[in-house]
Amino acid sequence: MSDALLALQCISAGYASQPVFADLDLRLTPGQFAALVGPTGGGKSTLLKLILGLLPCTRGSVYRLPQMTMGYVPQREMIDWRFPVTAEQVVRMGRYRHTSYWPWATRADRREVVALLDRLGLTPYAKRHISQLSGGQQQRVFLARALVARPQLLLLDEPTTGVDLKAQHDILHLLHELNRAGMTILLATHDLNTIASHVPWVICFQHGVIAQGPPETVFTPGILRRTYNADMVVLHQDDMTFIANRSLIHPHVAQQTTLAHRPRKVNDGVLR
Amino acid sequence: MAFFVEPLQYQFFVHGLVAALLVGSLCGLLGVYIVLRQMSYIGHGLSHAVFGGAVVSHLLGLNVYVGAGLWGFGAAVLIHRLTARRDLHADAAIGIVTTASFAVGVALMSRVHRFTQDFEAVLFGNVLGVSEHDLVLIAVVTGLTGLAVTALYKQLLFSAFDEAVAQVAGVPTRLVRLLFTFILALAILASMQVLGVTLIAATIVIPAATARLLTNSFSTMLVLSTTLGGVTALCGMYLSYYVDIASGASIVLFAALLFVGVLGVRRQS
Repeated sequence: MSDALLALQCISAGYASQPVFADLDLRLTPGQFAALVGPTGGGKSTLLKLILGLLPCTRGSVYRLPQMTMGYVPQREMIDWRFPVTAEQVVRMGRYRHTSYWPWATRADRREVVALLDRLGLTPYAKRHISQLSGGQQQRVFLARALVARPQLLLLDEPTTGVDLKAQHDILHLLHELNRAGMTILLATHDLNTIASHVPWVICFQHGVIAQGPPETVFTPGILRRTYNADMVVLHQDDMTFIANRSLIHPHVAQQTTLAHRPRKVNDGVLR
Repeated sequence: MAFFVEPLQYQFFVHGLVAALLVGSLCGLLGVYIVLRQMSYIGHGLSHAVFGGAVVSHLLGLNVYVGAGLWGFGAAVLIHRLTARRDLHADAAIGIVTTASFAVGVALMSRVHRFTQDFEAVLFGNVLGVSEHDLVLIAVVTGLTGLAVTALYKQLLFSAFDEAVAQVAGVPTRLVRLLFTFILALAILASMQVLGVTLIAATIVIPAATARLLTNSFSTMLVLSTTLGGVTALCGMYLSYYVDIASGASIVLFAALLFVGVLGVRRQS
Protein backbone atom coordinates (compact mmCIF):
# COMPACT_ATOMS: atom_id res chain seq x y z
CA MET A 1 0.00 0.00 0.00
CA SER A 2 2.83 2.39 0.89
CA ASP A 3 4.08 2.69 -2.69
CA ALA A 4 0.58 2.94 -4.19
CA LEU A 5 -0.97 6.16 -5.38
CA LEU A 6 -4.36 4.49 -5.32
CA ALA A 7 -5.48 1.11 -4.03
CA LEU A 8 -8.94 -0.44 -4.19
CA GLN A 9 -9.41 -3.38 -1.84
CA CYS A 10 -12.29 -5.79 -2.10
CA ILE A 11 -14.51 -3.07 -3.53
CA SER A 12 -18.16 -3.52 -4.41
CA ALA A 13 -20.08 -0.69 -6.03
CA GLY A 14 -23.13 0.03 -8.13
CA TYR A 15 -26.34 1.99 -8.39
CA ALA A 16 -29.32 1.45 -6.09
CA SER A 17 -29.95 -2.29 -6.06
CA GLN A 18 -27.84 -2.98 -9.18
CA PRO A 19 -24.24 -3.91 -8.32
CA VAL A 20 -21.82 -3.09 -11.16
CA PHE A 21 -18.84 -4.96 -9.74
CA ALA A 22 -17.92 -6.83 -6.57
CA ASP A 23 -14.74 -7.77 -4.67
CA LEU A 24 -12.55 -5.68 -6.93
CA ASP A 25 -8.85 -5.21 -6.19
CA LEU A 26 -6.83 -2.68 -8.15
CA ARG A 27 -3.80 -0.52 -7.48
CA LEU A 28 -2.04 2.24 -9.34
CA THR A 29 1.54 3.20 -8.60
CA PRO A 30 3.02 6.67 -9.16
CA GLY A 31 4.04 7.19 -12.78
CA GLN A 32 1.91 4.37 -14.15
CA PHE A 33 0.17 4.81 -17.53
CA ALA A 34 -2.73 2.37 -17.81
CA ALA A 35 -5.76 1.83 -19.99
CA LEU A 36 -9.00 0.35 -18.76
CA VAL A 37 -10.58 -1.53 -21.65
CA GLY A 38 -13.85 -3.35 -21.85
CA PRO A 39 -17.28 -3.36 -23.42
CA THR A 40 -19.81 -0.57 -23.06
CA GLY A 41 -21.77 -1.12 -19.87
CA GLY A 42 -18.97 -3.17 -18.33
CA GLY A 43 -18.40 -0.72 -15.48
CA LYS A 44 -15.40 1.32 -16.70
CA SER A 45 -17.02 4.71 -16.12
CA THR A 46 -18.43 3.51 -12.79
CA LEU A 47 -14.92 2.54 -11.69
CA LEU A 48 -13.59 5.96 -12.67
CA LYS A 49 -16.40 7.63 -10.68
CA LEU A 50 -15.56 5.48 -7.69
CA ILE A 51 -11.88 6.44 -7.87
CA LEU A 52 -12.86 10.12 -8.18
CA GLY A 53 -15.10 9.89 -5.13
CA LEU A 54 -18.25 10.64 -7.14
CA LEU A 55 -19.74 7.25 -6.25
CA PRO A 56 -19.50 5.56 -2.84
CA CYS A 57 -18.52 1.91 -2.57
CA THR A 58 -20.98 -0.44 -0.91
CA ARG A 59 -18.14 -2.59 0.46
CA GLY A 60 -14.35 -2.52 0.69
CA SER A 61 -11.93 0.37 1.01
CA VAL A 62 -10.39 2.96 -1.27
CA TYR A 63 -6.90 4.18 -0.43
CA ARG A 64 -5.75 7.43 -2.01
CA LEU A 65 -2.30 8.84 -1.29
CA PRO A 66 -2.88 11.66 1.23
CA GLN A 67 -3.18 15.08 -0.44
CA MET A 68 -3.31 13.42 -3.87
CA THR A 69 -4.87 15.69 -6.50
CA MET A 70 -6.92 14.25 -9.35
CA GLY A 71 -7.91 15.57 -12.74
CA TYR A 72 -10.82 14.21 -14.74
CA VAL A 73 -11.70 14.42 -18.43
CA PRO A 74 -15.30 13.19 -18.83
CA GLN A 75 -16.82 11.59 -21.91
CA ARG A 76 -17.60 14.11 -24.65
CA GLU A 77 -21.25 13.08 -24.63
CA MET A 78 -21.55 14.27 -21.02
CA ILE A 79 -20.84 17.87 -22.06
CA ASP A 80 -23.61 20.34 -22.84
CA TRP A 81 -22.18 21.80 -26.05
CA ARG A 82 -24.81 24.56 -26.11
CA PHE A 83 -23.62 26.00 -22.79
CA PRO A 84 -22.38 29.56 -23.41
CA VAL A 85 -18.67 29.24 -22.61
CA THR A 86 -15.50 29.74 -24.62
CA ALA A 87 -12.51 27.38 -24.63
CA GLU A 88 -10.61 29.76 -22.35
CA GLN A 89 -13.46 29.96 -19.83
CA VAL A 90 -13.65 26.16 -19.67
CA VAL A 91 -9.93 25.88 -18.95
CA ARG A 92 -10.20 28.62 -16.31
CA MET A 93 -12.78 26.54 -14.41
CA GLY A 94 -10.02 24.04 -13.69
CA ARG A 95 -8.20 26.67 -11.61
CA TYR A 96 -10.91 26.47 -8.95
CA ARG A 97 -8.68 25.07 -6.19
CA HIS A 98 -5.87 27.52 -6.87
CA THR A 99 -7.75 30.74 -7.45
CA SER A 100 -8.88 33.49 -5.10
CA TYR A 101 -12.40 33.73 -3.73
CA TRP A 102 -13.24 36.73 -5.96
CA PRO A 103 -15.52 36.00 -8.89
CA TRP A 104 -13.06 37.33 -11.45
CA ALA A 105 -9.88 35.62 -12.70
CA THR A 106 -6.63 36.67 -11.06
CA ARG A 107 -3.46 37.52 -12.96
CA ALA A 108 -2.03 34.12 -11.97
CA ASP A 109 -5.16 32.39 -13.33
CA ARG A 110 -4.83 34.15 -16.65
CA ARG A 111 -1.09 33.42 -16.87
CA GLU A 112 -1.58 29.69 -16.17
CA VAL A 113 -4.49 29.36 -18.58
CA VAL A 114 -2.69 31.22 -21.39
CA ALA A 115 0.44 29.07 -20.91
CA LEU A 116 -1.54 25.84 -21.03
CA LEU A 117 -3.61 26.89 -24.04
CA ASP A 118 -0.36 27.71 -25.79
CA ARG A 119 1.23 24.37 -24.83
CA LEU A 120 -1.75 22.46 -26.21
CA GLY A 121 -1.89 24.52 -29.40
CA LEU A 122 -5.23 26.07 -28.47
CA THR A 123 -4.29 29.76 -28.39
CA PRO A 124 -6.01 30.59 -31.73
CA TYR A 125 -9.23 29.02 -30.45
CA ALA A 126 -9.26 30.48 -26.94
CA LYS A 127 -12.13 32.87 -27.56
CA ARG A 128 -14.24 30.43 -29.57
CA HIS A 129 -17.42 28.89 -28.24
CA ILE A 130 -16.83 25.23 -27.39
CA SER A 131 -19.27 24.01 -30.05
CA GLN A 132 -17.24 25.80 -32.73
CA LEU A 133 -14.18 23.60 -32.14
CA SER A 134 -13.30 20.31 -33.83
CA GLY A 135 -13.57 17.07 -31.84
CA GLY A 136 -9.81 16.98 -31.23
CA GLN A 137 -9.71 20.62 -30.14
CA GLN A 138 -12.65 20.06 -27.79
CA GLN A 139 -10.90 17.09 -26.22
CA ARG A 140 -7.72 19.14 -25.73
CA VAL A 141 -9.73 21.93 -24.08
CA PHE A 142 -11.12 19.49 -21.51
CA LEU A 143 -7.69 17.97 -21.05
CA ALA A 144 -6.36 21.48 -20.45
CA ARG A 145 -9.05 22.08 -17.82
CA ALA A 146 -7.91 18.97 -15.97
CA LEU A 147 -4.20 19.81 -16.35
CA VAL A 148 -4.45 23.40 -15.18
CA ALA A 149 -5.10 22.03 -11.67
CA ARG A 150 -1.74 20.16 -11.89
CA PRO A 151 -3.13 16.74 -10.91
CA GLN A 152 -0.99 13.82 -9.77
CA LEU A 153 -3.52 11.34 -11.13
CA LEU A 154 -5.26 12.04 -14.42
CA LEU A 155 -8.39 10.05 -15.28
CA LEU A 156 -9.87 10.18 -18.76
CA ASP A 157 -13.12 8.62 -19.94
CA GLU A 158 -13.05 7.70 -23.66
CA PRO A 159 -10.60 10.45 -24.64
CA THR A 160 -10.21 9.20 -28.22
CA THR A 161 -13.87 8.63 -29.02
CA GLY A 162 -15.37 10.92 -31.64
CA VAL A 163 -12.07 12.40 -32.79
CA ASP A 164 -10.16 11.73 -36.03
CA LEU A 165 -7.03 9.56 -36.25
CA LYS A 166 -4.60 12.48 -36.19
CA ALA A 167 -6.31 13.96 -33.11
CA GLN A 168 -6.24 10.52 -31.44
CA HIS A 169 -2.51 10.30 -32.07
CA ASP A 170 -1.94 13.86 -30.80
CA ILE A 171 -3.89 13.22 -27.60
CA LEU A 172 -2.05 9.98 -26.84
CA HIS A 173 1.30 11.62 -27.67
CA LEU A 174 0.47 14.38 -25.22
CA LEU A 175 -0.51 11.85 -22.55
CA HIS A 176 2.84 10.12 -23.07
CA GLU A 177 4.64 13.41 -22.53
CA LEU A 178 2.68 14.03 -19.34
CA ASN A 179 3.41 10.53 -18.13
CA ARG A 180 7.13 10.95 -18.83
CA ALA A 181 6.97 14.11 -16.73
CA GLY A 182 5.70 11.98 -13.82
CA MET A 183 1.92 12.10 -14.06
CA THR A 184 -0.02 8.91 -13.35
CA ILE A 185 -2.66 8.30 -16.00
CA LEU A 186 -5.64 5.97 -16.19
CA LEU A 187 -7.86 6.15 -19.24
CA ALA A 188 -11.01 4.19 -19.99
CA THR A 189 -11.64 3.26 -23.59
CA HIS A 190 -13.13 0.69 -25.91
CA ASP A 191 -10.70 1.60 -28.69
CA LEU A 192 -8.41 -1.43 -28.46
CA ASN A 193 -6.27 -0.73 -31.52
CA THR A 194 -5.19 2.72 -30.42
CA ILE A 195 -4.41 1.47 -26.95
CA ALA A 196 -2.48 -1.56 -28.17
CA SER A 197 0.16 0.61 -29.78
CA HIS A 198 0.27 3.51 -27.32
CA VAL A 199 -0.34 2.45 -23.72
CA PRO A 200 2.16 0.31 -21.77
CA TRP A 201 -0.28 -1.28 -19.30
CA VAL A 202 -3.78 -2.59 -20.02
CA ILE A 203 -6.51 -3.59 -17.59
CA CYS A 204 -9.22 -5.72 -19.23
CA PHE A 205 -12.42 -4.98 -17.35
CA GLN A 206 -15.94 -6.30 -17.37
CA HIS A 207 -17.68 -6.08 -14.00
CA GLY A 208 -14.24 -6.77 -12.54
CA VAL A 209 -10.63 -7.13 -13.62
CA ILE A 210 -10.32 -9.98 -16.16
CA ALA A 211 -6.57 -9.54 -16.70
CA GLN A 212 -3.90 -6.86 -16.63
CA GLY A 213 -0.42 -6.41 -18.01
CA PRO A 214 1.43 -5.12 -21.08
CA PRO A 215 -0.72 -5.18 -24.26
CA GLU A 216 1.26 -8.02 -25.87
CA THR A 217 0.48 -10.34 -22.95
CA VAL A 218 -3.10 -9.22 -22.32
CA PHE A 219 -4.41 -8.92 -25.87
CA THR A 220 -4.98 -12.60 -26.54
CA PRO A 221 -8.18 -14.02 -28.03
CA GLY A 222 -8.87 -15.89 -24.81
CA ILE A 223 -8.71 -12.84 -22.54
CA LEU A 224 -10.53 -10.66 -25.07
CA ARG A 225 -13.28 -13.25 -25.42
CA ARG A 226 -13.78 -13.23 -21.64
CA THR A 227 -13.75 -9.44 -21.61
CA TYR A 228 -16.05 -8.79 -24.57
CA ASN A 229 -18.00 -12.07 -24.78
CA ALA A 230 -17.09 -12.14 -28.48
CA ASP A 231 -14.54 -13.83 -30.74
CA MET A 232 -11.69 -11.42 -31.43
CA VAL A 233 -8.95 -11.68 -34.02
CA VAL A 234 -5.50 -10.44 -32.93
CA LEU A 235 -2.95 -9.59 -35.62
CA HIS A 236 0.67 -8.61 -34.95
CA GLN A 237 2.47 -6.88 -37.81
CA ASP A 238 5.66 -4.77 -37.72
CA ASP A 239 5.54 -4.38 -33.91
CA MET A 240 1.94 -3.26 -34.12
CA THR A 241 -1.15 -5.06 -32.85
CA PHE A 242 -4.53 -5.02 -34.57
CA ILE A 243 -7.66 -6.34 -32.95
CA ALA A 244 -11.07 -6.87 -34.54
CA ASN A 245 -14.30 -8.57 -33.70
CA ARG A 246 -14.36 -11.67 -35.91
CA SER A 247 -18.10 -11.43 -36.52
CA LEU A 248 -17.71 -7.89 -37.91
CA ILE A 249 -14.98 -8.73 -40.44
CA HIS A 250 -16.19 -9.41 -43.98
CA PRO A 251 -14.82 -12.84 -44.99
CA HIS A 252 -13.33 -11.41 -48.20
CA VAL A 253 -11.49 -8.65 -46.31
CA ALA A 254 -10.27 -11.09 -43.70
CA GLN A 255 -8.86 -13.31 -46.44
CA GLN A 256 -7.17 -10.38 -48.21
CA THR A 257 -5.62 -9.17 -44.97
CA THR A 258 -4.31 -12.62 -44.19
CA LEU A 259 -2.79 -12.99 -47.66
CA ALA A 260 -1.26 -9.51 -47.74
CA HIS A 261 0.51 -9.80 -44.41
CA ARG A 262 1.18 -13.54 -44.55
CA PRO A 263 0.63 -13.92 -40.81
CA ARG A 264 1.50 -17.11 -39.04
CA LYS A 265 -0.93 -18.66 -36.59
CA VAL A 266 0.81 -19.40 -33.31
CA ASN A 267 -1.70 -20.16 -30.60
CA ASP A 268 -5.34 -19.89 -29.72
CA GLY A 269 -6.16 -17.78 -32.76
CA VAL A 270 -3.32 -15.28 -32.39
CA LEU A 271 -1.83 -14.55 -35.81
CA ARG A 272 1.79 -13.42 -36.09
CA MET B 1 -42.79 61.68 -23.21
CA ALA B 2 -46.25 62.14 -21.75
CA PHE B 3 -46.80 58.47 -22.57
CA PHE B 4 -44.24 57.50 -19.93
CA VAL B 5 -44.89 60.27 -17.42
CA GLU B 6 -48.67 60.19 -17.20
CA PRO B 7 -49.04 56.92 -15.25
CA LEU B 8 -46.30 58.02 -12.82
CA GLN B 9 -48.68 60.49 -11.16
CA TYR B 10 -50.30 57.51 -9.45
CA GLN B 11 -48.51 56.24 -6.37
CA PHE B 12 -49.76 52.68 -6.87
CA PHE B 13 -48.30 52.63 -10.39
CA VAL B 14 -44.90 53.88 -9.22
CA HIS B 15 -44.83 51.18 -6.53
CA GLY B 16 -45.85 48.60 -9.08
CA LEU B 17 -43.28 49.81 -11.58
CA VAL B 18 -40.40 49.65 -9.09
CA ALA B 19 -41.56 46.23 -7.87
CA ALA B 20 -41.87 44.91 -11.44
CA LEU B 21 -38.42 46.25 -12.36
CA LEU B 22 -36.81 44.58 -9.34
CA VAL B 23 -38.70 41.31 -9.71
CA GLY B 24 -38.10 41.20 -13.48
CA SER B 25 -34.36 41.72 -13.02
CA LEU B 26 -34.22 39.20 -10.17
CA CYS B 27 -36.04 36.51 -12.15
CA GLY B 28 -33.94 37.28 -15.23
CA LEU B 29 -30.73 36.83 -13.24
CA LEU B 30 -31.75 33.51 -11.66
CA GLY B 31 -33.26 32.36 -14.96
CA VAL B 32 -29.79 32.04 -16.49
CA TYR B 33 -28.91 29.20 -14.12
CA ILE B 34 -32.35 27.64 -14.42
CA VAL B 35 -32.25 27.60 -18.22
CA LEU B 36 -28.64 26.45 -18.50
CA ARG B 37 -29.13 23.65 -15.97
CA GLN B 38 -32.27 22.65 -17.86
CA MET B 39 -34.30 23.10 -14.67
CA SER B 40 -37.08 25.22 -16.14
CA TYR B 41 -39.65 22.86 -14.75
CA ILE B 42 -38.38 23.37 -11.19
CA GLY B 43 -38.99 27.12 -11.45
CA HIS B 44 -42.52 26.38 -12.54
CA GLY B 45 -43.01 23.69 -9.90
CA LEU B 46 -41.53 25.61 -6.98
CA SER B 47 -43.71 28.62 -7.62
CA HIS B 48 -46.74 26.34 -7.40
CA ALA B 49 -45.42 24.57 -4.31
CA VAL B 50 -44.97 27.90 -2.53
CA PHE B 51 -48.70 28.54 -2.95
CA GLY B 52 -49.56 25.54 -0.76
CA GLY B 53 -47.23 26.86 1.93
CA ALA B 54 -48.76 30.33 1.76
CA VAL B 55 -52.28 28.98 2.32
CA VAL B 56 -51.23 26.65 5.16
CA SER B 57 -49.27 29.34 7.01
CA HIS B 58 -52.16 31.78 6.63
CA LEU B 59 -54.53 29.22 8.14
CA LEU B 60 -52.14 28.55 11.01
CA GLY B 61 -51.80 32.27 11.68
CA LEU B 62 -48.11 32.34 10.75
CA ASN B 63 -46.33 34.93 8.63
CA VAL B 64 -47.30 33.98 5.06
CA TYR B 65 -43.91 34.91 3.57
CA VAL B 66 -41.89 32.93 6.12
CA GLY B 67 -44.24 29.96 5.96
CA ALA B 68 -44.38 29.89 2.16
CA GLY B 69 -40.61 30.32 1.93
CA LEU B 70 -39.90 27.43 4.29
CA TRP B 71 -42.50 25.30 2.52
CA GLY B 72 -40.94 26.05 -0.88
CA PHE B 73 -37.45 25.25 0.37
CA GLY B 74 -38.73 22.02 1.93
CA ALA B 75 -40.39 21.05 -1.36
CA ALA B 76 -37.14 21.72 -3.23
CA VAL B 77 -35.11 19.59 -0.80
CA LEU B 78 -37.65 16.79 -1.15
CA ILE B 79 -37.36 16.99 -4.95
CA HIS B 80 -33.56 16.78 -4.74
CA ARG B 81 -33.77 13.76 -2.45
CA LEU B 82 -36.21 12.01 -4.76
CA THR B 83 -34.13 12.71 -7.86
CA ALA B 84 -31.05 11.28 -6.12
CA ARG B 85 -32.76 7.92 -6.61
CA ARG B 86 -31.91 6.41 -9.97
CA ASP B 87 -35.39 5.00 -10.47
CA LEU B 88 -37.14 8.37 -10.52
CA HIS B 89 -36.47 11.14 -13.04
CA ALA B 90 -36.39 14.78 -11.98
CA ASP B 91 -39.47 15.76 -13.98
CA ALA B 92 -41.53 13.06 -12.24
CA ALA B 93 -40.26 14.10 -8.78
CA ILE B 94 -41.01 17.78 -9.48
CA GLY B 95 -44.43 16.91 -10.88
CA ILE B 96 -45.38 14.87 -7.82
CA VAL B 97 -44.08 17.16 -5.07
CA THR B 98 -45.11 20.51 -6.50
CA THR B 99 -48.56 19.64 -7.81
CA ALA B 100 -49.38 17.86 -4.56
CA SER B 101 -48.25 20.95 -2.69
CA PHE B 102 -50.32 23.22 -4.95
CA ALA B 103 -53.28 20.89 -4.48
CA VAL B 104 -52.98 21.31 -0.68
CA GLY B 105 -53.42 25.05 -1.18
CA VAL B 106 -56.36 24.67 -3.57
CA ALA B 107 -58.07 22.11 -1.31
CA LEU B 108 -57.77 24.32 1.76
CA MET B 109 -58.93 27.36 -0.20
CA SER B 110 -62.02 25.55 -1.42
CA ARG B 111 -62.74 24.33 2.12
CA VAL B 112 -62.25 27.68 3.87
CA HIS B 113 -63.78 30.39 1.71
CA ARG B 114 -62.96 33.41 3.84
CA PHE B 115 -59.60 34.24 2.29
CA THR B 116 -60.28 33.34 -1.33
CA GLN B 117 -59.95 36.94 -2.51
CA ASP B 118 -56.54 37.50 -0.77
CA PHE B 119 -55.12 34.47 -2.46
CA GLU B 120 -56.25 35.44 -5.94
CA ALA B 121 -53.38 37.93 -5.84
CA VAL B 122 -50.99 35.12 -4.89
CA LEU B 123 -52.27 33.02 -7.78
CA PHE B 124 -52.41 35.64 -10.52
CA GLY B 125 -50.46 38.60 -9.10
CA ASN B 126 -51.58 42.09 -8.20
CA VAL B 127 -48.76 44.47 -8.92
CA LEU B 128 -50.97 47.47 -8.30
CA GLY B 129 -51.56 46.36 -4.74
CA VAL B 130 -47.86 46.41 -3.86
CA SER B 131 -47.31 48.13 -0.51
CA GLU B 132 -44.16 49.87 0.71
CA HIS B 133 -43.56 46.87 2.96
CA ASP B 134 -43.64 44.61 -0.11
CA LEU B 135 -41.25 46.93 -1.92
CA VAL B 136 -38.72 46.74 0.91
CA LEU B 137 -38.97 42.94 0.95
CA ILE B 138 -38.49 42.72 -2.82
CA ALA B 139 -35.55 45.14 -2.71
CA VAL B 140 -33.85 43.19 0.09
CA VAL B 141 -34.31 39.83 -1.67
CA THR B 142 -33.09 41.30 -4.98
CA GLY B 143 -30.02 42.80 -3.29
CA LEU B 144 -29.19 39.59 -1.38
CA THR B 145 -29.66 37.50 -4.53
CA GLY B 146 -27.38 39.80 -6.50
CA LEU B 147 -24.72 39.52 -3.79
CA ALA B 148 -25.06 35.74 -3.50
CA VAL B 149 -24.88 35.17 -7.26
CA THR B 150 -21.80 37.40 -7.49
CA ALA B 151 -20.09 35.72 -4.54
CA LEU B 152 -20.89 32.24 -5.85
CA TYR B 153 -20.18 33.08 -9.49
CA LYS B 154 -17.40 30.51 -10.00
CA GLN B 155 -19.15 27.77 -8.07
CA LEU B 156 -22.46 28.31 -9.86
CA LEU B 157 -20.85 28.50 -13.29
CA PHE B 158 -18.71 25.37 -12.80
CA SER B 159 -21.48 23.26 -11.29
CA ALA B 160 -24.03 24.44 -13.89
CA PHE B 161 -21.68 23.47 -16.70
CA ASP B 162 -20.27 20.20 -15.39
CA GLU B 163 -21.38 19.17 -11.92
CA ALA B 164 -19.31 15.98 -11.68
CA VAL B 165 -16.02 17.62 -12.62
CA ALA B 166 -16.84 20.60 -10.41
CA GLN B 167 -17.19 18.20 -7.48
CA VAL B 168 -13.84 16.59 -8.32
CA ALA B 169 -12.28 20.07 -8.49
CA GLY B 170 -13.49 20.81 -4.96
CA VAL B 171 -16.70 22.75 -5.54
CA PRO B 172 -19.21 21.82 -2.80
CA THR B 173 -21.82 21.09 -5.46
CA ARG B 174 -24.51 19.78 -3.13
CA LEU B 175 -24.28 22.86 -0.93
CA VAL B 176 -24.25 25.14 -3.97
CA ARG B 177 -27.39 23.44 -5.31
CA LEU B 178 -29.13 23.79 -1.93
CA LEU B 179 -28.14 27.44 -1.62
CA PHE B 180 -29.37 28.14 -5.12
CA THR B 181 -32.67 26.43 -4.38
CA PHE B 182 -33.01 28.53 -1.22
CA ILE B 183 -32.34 31.72 -3.22
CA LEU B 184 -34.85 30.62 -5.85
CA ALA B 185 -37.50 29.97 -3.21
CA LEU B 186 -36.85 33.46 -1.77
CA ALA B 187 -37.08 35.03 -5.22
CA ILE B 188 -40.36 33.27 -5.93
CA LEU B 189 -41.68 34.47 -2.62
CA ALA B 190 -40.72 38.07 -3.36
CA SER B 191 -42.24 37.85 -6.85
CA MET B 192 -45.48 36.22 -5.73
CA GLN B 193 -47.39 39.45 -5.06
CA VAL B 194 -46.26 41.04 -8.33
CA LEU B 195 -46.61 38.20 -10.81
CA GLY B 196 -48.60 35.47 -9.12
CA VAL B 197 -47.42 31.89 -8.76
CA THR B 198 -48.91 30.90 -12.11
CA LEU B 199 -46.76 33.36 -14.08
CA ILE B 200 -43.45 33.49 -12.17
CA ALA B 201 -41.92 30.60 -14.11
CA ALA B 202 -42.33 32.45 -17.40
CA THR B 203 -40.49 35.52 -16.12
CA ILE B 204 -37.68 33.27 -14.93
CA VAL B 205 -37.31 31.33 -18.16
CA ILE B 206 -38.15 33.72 -21.04
CA PRO B 207 -35.54 36.51 -20.51
CA ALA B 208 -32.78 33.93 -20.03
CA ALA B 209 -33.85 31.98 -23.12
CA THR B 210 -33.91 35.23 -25.14
CA ALA B 211 -30.47 36.21 -23.82
CA ARG B 212 -29.10 32.79 -24.78
CA LEU B 213 -30.16 33.44 -28.37
CA LEU B 214 -28.16 36.68 -28.36
CA THR B 215 -24.83 35.59 -26.88
CA ASN B 216 -22.36 32.74 -26.53
CA SER B 217 -20.79 34.21 -23.39
CA PHE B 218 -21.96 33.25 -19.91
CA SER B 219 -21.18 36.59 -18.26
CA THR B 220 -22.85 38.53 -21.10
CA MET B 221 -25.86 36.24 -20.80
CA LEU B 222 -26.14 37.10 -17.09
CA VAL B 223 -26.12 40.84 -17.82
CA LEU B 224 -28.45 40.54 -20.83
CA SER B 225 -30.98 38.32 -19.07
CA THR B 226 -31.11 40.58 -16.00
CA THR B 227 -31.54 43.65 -18.22
CA LEU B 228 -34.16 41.98 -20.42
CA GLY B 229 -36.05 40.85 -17.32
CA GLY B 230 -36.14 44.42 -16.00
CA VAL B 231 -36.97 46.04 -19.34
CA THR B 232 -39.76 43.61 -20.24
CA ALA B 233 -41.25 44.13 -16.77
CA LEU B 234 -41.27 47.91 -17.29
CA CYS B 235 -42.74 47.62 -20.79
CA GLY B 236 -45.29 45.10 -19.55
CA MET B 237 -46.39 47.52 -16.82
CA TYR B 238 -47.04 50.32 -19.33
CA LEU B 239 -48.83 47.85 -21.60
CA SER B 240 -50.96 46.82 -18.65
CA TYR B 241 -51.79 50.46 -17.86
CA TYR B 242 -52.77 51.49 -21.36
CA VAL B 243 -54.48 48.30 -22.58
CA ASP B 244 -56.05 47.64 -19.18
CA ILE B 245 -55.01 44.02 -18.77
CA ALA B 246 -53.54 42.14 -15.77
CA SER B 247 -49.97 43.33 -15.21
CA GLY B 248 -48.46 39.85 -14.63
CA ALA B 249 -49.93 38.65 -17.93
CA SER B 250 -48.79 41.73 -19.86
CA ILE B 251 -45.21 41.34 -18.54
CA VAL B 252 -45.11 37.69 -19.61
CA LEU B 253 -46.72 38.42 -22.99
CA PHE B 254 -44.25 41.22 -23.69
CA ALA B 255 -41.31 38.95 -22.79
CA ALA B 256 -42.70 36.17 -25.00
CA LEU B 257 -43.15 38.60 -27.89
CA LEU B 258 -39.55 39.73 -27.54
CA PHE B 259 -38.38 36.11 -27.53
CA VAL B 260 -40.31 35.37 -30.73
CA GLY B 261 -38.89 38.53 -32.35
CA VAL B 262 -35.29 37.63 -31.45
CA LEU B 263 -35.84 34.05 -32.61
CA GLY B 264 -37.18 35.34 -35.95
CA VAL B 265 -34.22 37.68 -36.45
CA ARG B 266 -31.76 34.92 -35.53
CA ARG B 267 -33.35 32.51 -38.01
CA GLN B 268 -33.11 35.06 -40.81
CA SER B 269 -29.47 35.95 -40.11
